[in-house]
Amino acid sequence: MTAADVTSVSEIDELRSQKTFIEKSADMFRKQPLGAVGFFVVLAMIIMAIFANYLAPYDPTLNDFAAMLIAPGADYWLGTDQFGRDIMSRLIYGARTALFVGFAASFVGATCGLVLGVMSAYFGGTFDLIFQRIMDVFMSFPLIIMALAIVSIFGPSTQNVIIAITIPFIPRCARVVRSNALAIREIPYVDAARALGFGHARIILRHMAPNVMAPFLIMLTSFVGQAILTEASLSYLGLGVQEPTPAWGLMLQGGAEEYIESEPWIAIFPGVAISLAVFGFNLFGDSVRDVLDPRLRTQ
Amino acid sequence: MFKYTIKRVLLMVPTLFGAACLVFFLLRMIPGDVCELRMAGEGGYVDEDAIKTCQHDLGMDRPKFVQFVDFITGFAVFDLGESMWTGKAITHELGLRFQLSLQIAIMATLVAVIIAIPLGTISAIRQDTWLDYAVRTFSIAGIAIPSFWLGIMIILGLLISTQAWFGEPWMPPIEYVSPLEDPISNMVQLIWPAVATGYRYSAVATRMTRSALLEVLREDYVRTARAKGLLERIIINRHALKNSMLPVITVIGIEFAFLMGGLVVTEQVFNLNGVGKLFVESVQNHDYTMTQALVMLVATVFVITNFVVDLFYAWLDPRIRYS
Repeated sequence: MTAADVTSVSEIDELRSQKTFIEKSADMFRKQPLGAVGFFVVLAMIIMAIFANYLAPYDPTLNDFAAMLIAPGADYWLGTDQFGRDIMSRLIYGARTALFVGFAASFVGATCGLVLGVMSAYFGGTFDLIFQRIMDVFMSFPLIIMALAIVSIFGPSTQNVIIAITIPFIPRCARVVRSNALAIREIPYVDAARALGFGHARIILRHMAPNVMAPFLIMLTSFVGQAILTEASLSYLGLGVQEPTPAWGLMLQGGAEEYIESEPWIAIFPGVAISLAVFGFNLFGDSVRDVLDPRLRTQ
Repeated sequence: MFKYTIKRVLLMVPTLFGAACLVFFLLRMIPGDVCELRMAGEGGYVDEDAIKTCQHDLGMDRPKFVQFVDFITGFAVFDLGESMWTGKAITHELGLRFQLSLQIAIMATLVAVIIAIPLGTISAIRQDTWLDYAVRTFSIAGIAIPSFWLGIMIILGLLISTQAWFGEPWMPPIEYVSPLEDPISNMVQLIWPAVATGYRYSAVATRMTRSALLEVLREDYVRTARAKGLLERIIINRHALKNSMLPVITVIGIEFAFLMGGLVVTEQVFNLNGVGKLFVESVQNHDYTMTQALVMLVATVFVITNFVVDLFYAWLDPRIRYS
């Protein structure tokens, strides 16, 4: 055995494991063709967001008054808006804003919901009852109205938009997680953990939380699309991300409706971007749900 | 059943009370108030005394607790008071706007039902065929497309198509006409926002119809019906569809309560003066009384819809017995 052989053997192993991984993914994509489409849309968005500064042909905030309201063409692929800003560059940078808000709000919201939901199920009794009533109160407002109220308290900015979207997510996730955690609470290992003298926090975080990962992940993926959509709506109402930050909802505000007849591209492309992004995340989320939740499998 | 109904009605009280607390204190956390905003609007110089008088007139200098009790007792006897911004009675301000929003909400629901139930059924019967994928894509697109953008696109489509056919661009009128006065121009105006809101709404209902029907189609009694040679059409219409409507009704009911949220943006696009627009305006104007009234309205509609849906459930499915 020479060193070269060893390398080649490990290489073969590597190749073999790689192949099975590719095979596995191909298998999954065959079973979930829509999910695969969603996955690639999500992937494309992430690449767009990360490499925005390399991909965007122009500075997204540059006002070029010599190039106002130019129709899509060779110089400006998707045209320019009323301030002479390149729409394509703004869309590419807008992916950054949308993804940042989407991931941050849904991750924080779902995680808080996870912990609170498991807590509620674990402690039960009066705590659970009161906690459920509080959740009811939060759930009795439409997401956008809740977010609107919160943004008007803190004032519109990217960071506050994230807070405004996160808060209504918490009870939505907590409720689903709680109903799953209630079943887990009855399994003897929780009692065993208590008998071993583990603290509440340890049982909740280390023993129960990992077992409600499926509903947590399902909620998390479904939140991303909703968060992107809510951010766009808030920005469209002028209560979200503020100029000059490139954001899709903001691009539809103001000029888009004013110039709808003569320069429709200002209104069309940002909407397509929002729809595609949310579409991708929803398709992907649906497949995640199908894979993780055996009750919903179609076979 | 009677006991359950009473219990449910009583459980509404803490929820609504919580909503009242939440909106009352949230609003008062917003920096600035209606008086400062109104004075600042009239010029650069702000007179401290004028603000004090204004606050006194609106009763905002009283202790928070007194104001809160005032608000709660008022709400309990359906006395919503006056808007802080316009000074008119809230019921007066709400009147026409509520009528407009309610009409759009009902029309949007109809649009949603007309789209959702046939599509969901087709999708379930032809599961995993290209037709199923097409319907599912259509419905997921409904959730993905922002309704305000769909509204803008509808306006654009109307402008282009009327230009092409009649040589004159046409847009739906902005002035609201009551359906009792002129039903045709009322429809012409409101059908577009109803479609923009309803398409999104239908998406959830379509998916629910599909999955509920799929579940029912696997039941034993459907197999029995097939075994005795019943026509597939009868099995679907009479046996399966009826039993799969439960979750669909829940979804439609809950979404109806949430339509308010969708209307906030749709009304903005179509420039309609409805409840949604009033909400955005009153939040921006720090109009405490108006915002409180609107939030309580939404919360009440939501709680009552939930309750009605639950009762409806028991009525539709005799197996469900609440105790």
